[in-house]
Amino acid sequence: MSQAPDRPEPPPYPGGEPGATPAARLAAYIRGGGLLVPLLTAVLAFFIAGLVMLFTGNDPFATYEAIFEGTGLQWLFPWVTGDDRTLAAVNLQQTLILTTPLILTGLAVALAFRAGLFNIGGQGQYIVGSIAAVWVGSSFAGMPAFLHILVAIAAACIAGAAWAGFAGFLKATVGAHEVISTIMLNYIALWVGVWLFSLGGPLQNDRDESLPVSNDVVEDARLPVFWGDPVLQGLHIGIFVALAAVVVFWLLLNRSTAGYEVRAVGFNPEAARYGGMSVARNYVLVMAVCGLFAGLAGALDVLGWQFRLATNDVQVSQIGFLGIAVALLGRSTASGTVAAALLFGALLSGTSQRNLDPTIFEPELASNLTLIIQGLVVLLVSADVLVLSALRRGRSLMMGRRRAEEPAK
Amino acid sequence: MTAHALAAGRALPAPRPVGWAGVALGAIAWYIALPPLLLRTPVPSLLVAAAAVAAGAYAIRADERRLGWGAVAAGVLGGLGAVVATESGESNLEDVFVWSALIAAMLRFATPLIFGALGGIVCERSGVINIGLEGMMLMGAFFGIFGADLTGSWVSGVLIGMAAGGALALVHALFSIQFRADQVVSGFAMNLLALGITGYVFIAHYGSRGTPDGIPRVPDVTLPGIEAIPFVGDAVGRASLLTWIALLLVPALALFLFRTPRGLRLRSVGEKPRAADSVGVPVIRTRYLAVIASGLLAALGGVYLSIAFLGSFSQNLTAGRGYIALAAVIFGAWRPGRALLAALLFGFSSALAQRLPTFSESTAVLFEALPYVLTLIVVAGLIGRTRPPAAIGVPYVKE
Repeated sequence: MSQAPDRPEPPPYPGGEPGATPAARLAAYIRGGGLLVPLLTAVLAFFIAGLVMLFTGNDPFATYEAIFEGTGLQWLFPWVTGDDRTLAAVNLQQTLILTTPLILTGLAVALAFRAGLFNIGGQGQYIVGSIAAVWVGSSFAGMPAFLHILVAIAAACIAGAAWAGFAGFLKATVGAHEVISTIMLNYIALWVGVWLFSLGGPLQNDRDESLPVSNDVVEDARLPVFWGDPVLQGLHIGIFVALAAVVVFWLLLNRSTAGYEVRAVGFNPEAARYGGMSVARNYVLVMAVCGLFAGLAGALDVLGWQFRLATNDVQVSQIGFLGIAVALLGRSTASGTVAAALLFGALLSGTSQRNLDPTIFEPELASNLTLIIQGLVVLLVSADVLVLSALRRGRSLMMGRRRAEEPAK
Repeated sequence: MTAHALAAGRALPAPRPVGWAGVALGAIAWYIALPPLLLRTPVPSLLVAAAAVAAGAYAIRADERRLGWGAVAAGVLGGLGAVVATESGESNLEDVFVWSALIAAMLRFATPLIFGALGGIVCERSGVINIGLEGMMLMGAFFGIFGADLTGSWVSGVLIGMAAGGALALVHALFSIQFRADQVVSGFAMNLLALGITGYVFIAHYGSRGTPDGIPRVPDVTLPGIEAIPFVGDAVGRASLLTWIALLLVPALALFLFRTPRGLRLRSVGEKPRAADSVGVPVIRTRYLAVIASGLLAALGGVYLSIAFLGSFSQNLTAGRGYIALAAVIFGAWRPGRALLAALLFGFSSALAQRLPTFSESTAVLFEALPYVLTLIVVAGLIGRTRPPAAIGVPYVKE
């Protein structure tokens, strides 16, 4: 498979070729694809999932319609009125509640990608963040509300940053591959969480010894709800925190020296080192900031709507893993991450027990369908070379000036 | 000053045996506080543990660092374990440390890990990262029991399960070899796909009732003669057919990898594909076969879980066992024999976790984390750094 560069650009086309760093591949992908490729990827994934439904005797159109109904996104259409609109608003609140942590765990993966690292450990960082938040949030009952929230969030951020920073530290000092160390840290976080809240565990609740669940976050430490009924899980202000994090992410990467270094290290660590940058320091810092994002996601979930953690919550949570699909589909860009997080947040809430009409499609089936779609998205994005070359070929055909293919390397 | 100079100058004992003795002493320190010896005072254990640490320190001084730190760790852990044991009730200890039952349980828990680890070794030795072991194992687990249920025979269940794992591996091979995808991302996608596909078919076919009882199971095999021996018979006299196969596959794979021309070719493809290609080894085809073989092996581990060990299936049945198998690959330095030891160690920790709840439910849970902690320590290079195959993760492009 050969690729002729579209534009004559120094340095000699680094992405798309095997062996290049993930960040370099990504950069090539961003340049080459634009908006079209992610859209195509998503459409193709939904199409294949539709085929799965068709073969198992379900009507894909009716199912996708029911899922869409469940997302509440029709609230955006002005012609939806009355009761439909009220229901749509409630559903949309759920969608946005789920979008909030996905934006952040997406950023946690995206930033690492930009530095040439694969942070598969968003899940573990999310878990330690939520543990820290639930511990602070359910203790210190007398603290002023605003301060209490800040301290809980700060604790979660620090926990996540430390958890991820450790993997960065191992990478920087002894060269331990971050994929392996973050996978291990995921499961360590999971079992530590289960241990803390299990029967007889140190953070098990004080009221009922038979329940493996934490104490409740006190009223004062809960995030205010600004849209919908607080009792019925309205939308909390965490979404603004997540969006602010996106802005920080963008500024950090594109408008700061640190971000320039991060991208340079991601692009070509050897060249960055030669240019006087500390690659090791960048690895640790980047991973720490990634963990901070993921830990923050855990805090917003705990303080925003969960208010307590059970051992089961720790074990079944997939928010951190979903962040990988979000970052990949969103091309690790700020706006892409938000859009992909909204897509997956909508998919999660549209297929939830609460929002999906079981007479059309079983929610349990639908949640597995979500996993299939997620897997397809990740798989299709993994073969960026394939998509890119297909796109290039298509483009050059259309423009009628197909370049002579030069042999690879 | 090197170990040799030290040893030659003053005729000191060689550091290597001392280090290993330290590791053994650490284990002994713990063992004497447990049934059947069950010393009720920690003092002898602590003395032995101190000796273990001293032996470790000696080995470290003589430049045998990895082993030395291993001995120090064994001493500290053994001492701690002994103190905990002497603090706990005698009857509790008798309940948990029924050694023959623990060994039998260790084998049961280790079997899927052995299959998965062998699959991981074959795949990664050929130069393809396989994060997707978990997914391939899960495919085997579900389609194994699904096939056994549909056909009414465990043999076809095993074959269908393996075929499902192999099919998923084929997708991974197609993407990571042919399309030169990022292998970590592709492998991760395999896990998501497997989770979704098995969950979907499981719910669509069995619904909330779950798998029915009475699905044909893989039979147990008793070793005649051994079964009658008092302690040994309880521990290893009787186990699933698949457990025996797993144990036999370990030396078989070791022989294949290190003693046959084909094994050499497989390894060369993972180390120096360009050189292998130049002497006529088909790099692409070798990698394809290796990845598919890894899918078949990992799926066998899943098949064992569903139709040998449990006799049922639930969503996400493997629950991270594929990742533990991956950990065993790394812990075992991409060698079958060492990976077997790692799998047995991880299996033992699961067996303990299963029996400890009589003591304390929450402590038992921590033993579940042990494989991951140990692997983290290994990748951190504290006890012996392991080196992956040189060309791992790099797609091959023919010149």
